[in-house]
Amino acid sequence: MRKNRFIIAAVMILGLALCGPAVAGEALMMATTTSTDNTGLLDYLAPEFTRDTGIPLKWVAVGTGKALKLGQNCDVDVLMVHAPEAEKKFVADGYGVNRRRVMYNDFVLIGPKADPARIKGLDVRQAFHKIAEKKAFFISRGDNSGTNKKEIKLWKLAGMTPPEKQSWYVQSGQGMLSTINIAAERGGYTLTDRGTYIKYEASRKGKSPFAILVQGSPELFNQYGVIVINKQRCPKVRDDLARRFSDWITSTRAQKLIADFKLLGKPLFTPNAGAR
Amino acid sequence: MDFLLDGFVQAFTLLWRQDPAVFSAIGTTVRVSTASVLLSLLLGIPAGFVLGYAEFPGKRSLRTLVDTLLSLPTVFIGLLVYAFVSRRGPLGELGLLFTLPAIVIGQTILALPVITALTAAAVEALDRRLRPTLTALGADGRQILLTTVREAHFGILTAAVTAYGRVMTEVGISMMVGGNIKWHTRTITTAIALETGKGEFATGIALGLVLLAIALGVNFSLSLLKRRWQA
Repeated sequence: MRKNRFIIAAVMILGLALCGPAVAGEALMMATTTSTDNTGLLDYLAPEFTRDTGIPLKWVAVGTGKALKLGQNCDVDVLMVHAPEAEKKFVADGYGVNRRRVMYNDFVLIGPKADPARIKGLDVRQAFHKIAEKKAFFISRGDNSGTNKKEIKLWKLAGMTPPEKQSWYVQSGQGMLSTINIAAERGGYTLTDRGTYIKYEASRKGKSPFAILVQGSPELFNQYGVIVINKQRCPKVRDDLARRFSDWITSTRAQKLIADFKLLGKPLFTPNAGAR
Repeated sequence: MDFLLDGFVQAFTLLWRQDPAVFSAIGTTVRVSTASVLLSLLLGIPAGFVLGYAEFPGKRSLRTLVDTLLSLPTVFIGLLVYAFVSRRGPLGELGLLFTLPAIVIGQTILALPVITALTAAAVEALDRRLRPTLTALGADGRQILLTTVREAHFGILTAAVTAYGRVMTEVGISMMVGGNIKWHTRTITTAIALETGKGEFATGIALGLVLLAIALGVNFSLSLLKRRWQA
């Protein structure tokens, strides 16, 4: 019988040992948008951050809406997201502090090279009208992410409500790169940040079935920001580590790293922490 | 079809070169699944024994309940565990969201009904005369439990392997409460889901092959064990 007790104890110790080392103390937990992860930017920045500060960085890549929710629930220490209005509200509501600009790129409307709805070169409002008129497939993120928020705003700017129930309007509920892949399969149009689109082009070795059809208007500007979660609301938050990250990502060195991050010779993000 | 062939070629390259990201996901899956199965064996064997051995009022309803829990959807477990371990939840103080222990909790909930139901079935299938014989020999409760469990080891082993297969292949719990964090909580299945979505088939195929290999390995050693025991 003593043998059995020994086996049970051994099993318990083994079980604890298996999940034990995972309970790391000193890591910084970030919630971020899918574009910073999908493009590989974070895989490139994280080791540099850890080397400079000694802090391991972990992140979950979710849409901006979900990221803000995670911050609100005190489940992460820092956010890197791209929905300036929602971010300002987040800070005004007391969930976060010290919001700073990090970098920007722009949104582009991509679609099949043949462009069945004939939107190439149009103003973004007209383009949305044309897509609705021709009932061309449009793939929406549908996940309350920064890109999704922007897309809904663009439908409204065009004087329409987002065509949720139309059969040509597909809500993927997935990350940006997945959504571009769905658009490729369905031969549809979608709104994406330029960085993720360049990443997609690079993964297809330049043989993309898409063309960038609408770009360059001021409504398509895409600003990324960093927010530290408010320790007064969330006592367990590692705001010391979060502030170190916020300082680091806006530092000259990190900003230079972001500017140097290129695929197919094109920069994916433009740093602008210093800009007023 | 080229991309599929390319995917396989690249997959073998990734495995051959021991790509660190691929091997990190494999390690995580093995650790987490093993921990959850061990934990559910520890809880499930006694529970299954009681359910299969003892007679008590409400036993049949309890049996039905456990059998129903066999088809508990993983996303529902994920949702439940998420709500409990989020810092706003009842277990929030522990800060478990997006860690391996959180996945282990979820997968234990997933595996427990499997172990319990199959152990109960194995115990029920034993010779009816075992119990009076043990009692006549003067065995106490704990001795009865241990002897019965030993007699039913075939069924329990099958239960363990079935549970292992279930937890190793689930995506919902790992994705929701693990968060698919690279180098930390990314498992084989969440990595496959992510890579396929991104259109990166090679990594997905490599990981899928590993998953199959593990399943094969586990089942092979099981049949080997069984043969040895029968001899």
